[in-house]
Amino acid sequence: MVDVRRLGRRPGPARYSAVALLRHGVTDRAWEPAWRTRELRRRYDVVIVGGGVHGLATAYYLARNHGITDVAVLDKGYLGGGGSGRNTAILRSNYLTPEGVRFYDRSLELYRGLAAELNFNVMFSRKGHLTLAHSDASLRTMRWRAEVNKVCGVESDVIGPSDIKRLVPHMDITDEARYPILGALYHPPGGIIRHDAVVWGYARAADSLGVHLHQDTEVTGIDVSAGRVTGVRTTRGDIAAPIVVNATAGWATLVADMAGVRLPVQTFPLQAAVTEPVKPFLRTVVVSGTLHVYVSQTARGELVFGASVDPFASYSTRGSLEFTEGLAAHVLALMPALAKLRLLRQWAGLCDMTPDFAPIMGPTGVDGFLVDVGWGTYGFKAGPVAGETMAECVATGRTPDLISAFGLDRFAQGRLVGEKGAAAVGH
Amino acid sequence: MILLPCPWCGPRDAEEFGYVGEMRARPHPVTTTMKEWRDYLYLRRNVAGWTTERWYHQMGCRRYLLVDRDTTTNEVRSAVSGPDRQKS
Repeated sequence: MVDVRRLGRRPGPARYSAVALLRHGVTDRAWEPAWRTRELRRRYDVVIVGGGVHGLATAYYLARNHGITDVAVLDKGYLGGGGSGRNTAILRSNYLTPEGVRFYDRSLELYRGLAAELNFNVMFSRKGHLTLAHSDASLRTMRWRAEVNKVCGVESDVIGPSDIKRLVPHMDITDEARYPILGALYHPPGGIIRHDAVVWGYARAADSLGVHLHQDTEVTGIDVSAGRVTGVRTTRGDIAAPIVVNATAGWATLVADMAGVRLPVQTFPLQAAVTEPVKPFLRTVVVSGTLHVYVSQTARGELVFGASVDPFASYSTRGSLEFTEGLAAHVLALMPALAKLRLLRQWAGLCDMTPDFAPIMGPTGVDGFLVDVGWGTYGFKAGPVAGETMAECVATGRTPDLISAFGLDRFAQGRLVGEKGAAAVGH
Repeated sequence: MILLPCPWCGPRDAEEFGYVGEMRARPHPVTTTMKEWRDYLYLRRNVAGWTTERWYHQMGCRRYLLVDRDTTTNEVRSAVSGPDRQKS
């Protein structure tokens, strides 16, 4: 382990602290940029395609845990402009399969210590996470998930309507509701985080360790010779690299196609929306699979709503009226008191769905071409652990135990994971 | 709102249809190898751009359609009556 306090003494941006804040406040001196713009080299040891939380975390842990700093992160747009900036920033680890629970719990552990480690306020708020059950069948699944979680050491339990009402006084728990609430899976360690801050924090820390971050650099081709990756072609010139990591979301199949690797992935948009800010009243994250909706209140007071993926595959991120109508009806079914709230904006992000609702991580049929893709609706919460394990995979050439179940070869071998607890909505 | 020009019912809201997915050739279940069969089950081309896919008009004529759609804009060029089953 590298002593995190040493990070601040490396060349790079100044350390953030209360004293620095005061000094800047008094002197009106401008803050240095959080990361530098570097010259694009013609060769790197590792090229990571995709400058979101996954790509940046992989670069950071490569440098921090394994001392590999000749790394470039390429993004066709700006850092965190894809899934990392479009998710609903919910963190939890109450999954259904032991593989999933262990993996996401490690991510939550890393997220908890992230602000201190990166010297960047990522605003993690441990609000607790409620997944509502509206039928006997989903109550049974909640019980199943709770027991799997407990065996894996994750705090999680099934609670009844009166306890739900105590946690969320605005919830309609009467029998009059269209889908009466029978109970919920309560997961106290869950919460929300500021997703942009996670991206910026990783970018700043990776940059200070010597990683090159290149925005507006689109990969247009991947060179493979004799079954080995040799480099990438970009809109800013060719780069030679013995290792290329595909850490994109939404474009995972298009990037993999460039290396001749086919993926069992279909891309679906997922829409989300945010309301005007109101006083804090919603302490926990509330999810309803039956109603295809999840709700949380940010530190700013806005309510963030997310849905399940759109009903058909698409690369379009345009919002639709059907979504807004359905969303409003479902939210009001849960909390009728919100009828007067107004939506501020809506957006969509692209979700690369796999057949078993689990990611695809590790080596592919092409030597040196690794994937960290297929993150469906659960990619953001896995960012740190995906970065940590992909970095280990790149540095040691071995697949860590934590992700051994997520290999691409599982589809050809018929060993699917079956993570139905994945998105908690839509299936 | 996206309209699909159903050849039997005219232009209808896409909400009425079920999305079946991109057209794929199904290998023969008896003569296929395990690898071919699993590739058929799981792999997708996931095209960004114009592609042909199957939709099912579940709240209308309940027929299967072949739809030409641009997946980056959701523009629909044509919808014609198609086979009820994947071609084998």
